[in-house]
Amino acid sequence: MNDLLSKFDPLIEQREKLLESGVTDPFNLVMERVESPTVAICNGRRTILLGTYNYMGMTFDPDVIAAGKKALDEFGSGTTGSRVLNGTYVGHRAVEDALREFYAMDHAMVFSTGYQANLGVISTLAGKDDYVVLDIDSHASIYDGCAMGNAQIVPFRHNDVGALEKRLNRIPPEAGKLVVLEGVYSMMGDVAPLKEMVAVSKAAGAMVLVDEAHSMGFIGEHGRGVAEAQGVIDDVDFIIGTFSKSVGTVGGFCVSNHPKFEILRLVCRPYVFTASLPPSVVATAATSVRKLMHGAEKRAHLWENSKRLHGGLKQLGFTLGTDEPQSAIIAVIMPDLETGAAMWEALLKEGLYVNLARPPATPAGMTLLRCSLCAEHSSDQVGEVLNIFAAAGRATGCIQ
Amino acid sequence: MDQSDNTFARIEALIEPFNKKGVAITPETRFQQDLEWDSLTVLDFVASIEDEFDILITMNMQAEIETVGQLAGAVRELSKR
Repeated sequence: MNDLLSKFDPLIEQREKLLESGVTDPFNLVMERVESPTVAICNGRRTILLGTYNYMGMTFDPDVIAAGKKALDEFGSGTTGSRVLNGTYVGHRAVEDALREFYAMDHAMVFSTGYQANLGVISTLAGKDDYVVLDIDSHASIYDGCAMGNAQIVPFRHNDVGALEKRLNRIPPEAGKLVVLEGVYSMMGDVAPLKEMVAVSKAAGAMVLVDEAHSMGFIGEHGRGVAEAQGVIDDVDFIIGTFSKSVGTVGGFCVSNHPKFEILRLVCRPYVFTASLPPSVVATAATSVRKLMHGAEKRAHLWENSKRLHGGLKQLGFTLGTDEPQSAIIAVIMPDLETGAAMWEALLKEGLYVNLARPPATPAGMTLLRCSLCAEHSSDQVGEVLNIFAAAGRATGCIQ
Repeated sequence: MDQSDNTFARIEALIEPFNKKGVAITPETRFQQDLEWDSLTVLDFVASIEDEFDILITMNMQAEIETVGQLAGAVRELSKR
């Protein structure tokens, strides 16, 4: 028998080598208790959470929790069905209404996860003879959507407007073209030059899809994302988003003004052939989305946190993914996986959780300690975070 | 393989700036195993090939191209269109 798992031997070996050094497995952490959006108990220790994408801290919002409990009581634990059969309850319609209002758009379609939203929309829009032009650092769900639709994939250098334009102009003019961009790139926390990119894409006759997973709720005047902040949201054909970050639950969505948008509900396989979200989840999402419409104060505090952490880490001597804070993600670049894992463990032992990110998720083979801030992090917590980084950085030799 | 044109020589010249290990280039040279290129290097190299020959090489096509000789063949095909 040819063991089909043998192809993973190099990865198994790398993992074993890493764990032999005695380091805690960074991909096997268990949260024993969660006290708030910013604090959990891990390995019996109180730990500050700085790697959860819980940007707006909605997971413990009393109104959100009350809405979920009520829906659980009134509609049960699950729908046991597809959106197009028995899986559309009033709550699913209500959360789509909330999204249409939040984005001021005509249509909204909710998927069971953010991954499925990209997978479903991209694979349904772009088929074998169509071209998807995408940033090389695009999320896995975007690449998987292209593969599922069997589309022609044309990648361009990260955030390079000239490279995008050049490649767009090499595509046969009569072919269908979809340009896929992200507002905030989740690994380095940098923002895309959407204004220029959307203009170039439209000039080439392409449709544009922007994934705003990491910007919803706090970037742009109404929290609609980078496309709103840069004044091009009306030129974007499809916006993809998620409930698993700022909204604080799970699920994905697409909003659009395209007049034929509703047909996607019948032809999009990752929408049709899966069970819809539980009633409690859509109830929490709808409540949270509506509260995010009025989150100006929280947004301001989140930006304050981001600026302070970025400035503090830079001052300590760490190498960061961006020169200035561009989002609520701050990436600390590690020299290699071994140092990254040692630093990650040192932070955890001091009571701080961040994400350890490594290839293939990261660009250019980098190892990153990725920090994501929350509007509910207090100023004291950010100060504590900086102290822990200083101690762990010196102990592991990352900084002087 | 048809080597009557200068396609191979032009490709060889474009490989040079990325050939950090100084590997001798033959039609059998493999981009991943022999030149040890990562995805970012491939991206920049493909862009320079596209500019030189005024063609588009999609990621789908790239997946089928393992050696320099295969690339030369693909470039000749695409240039005809």
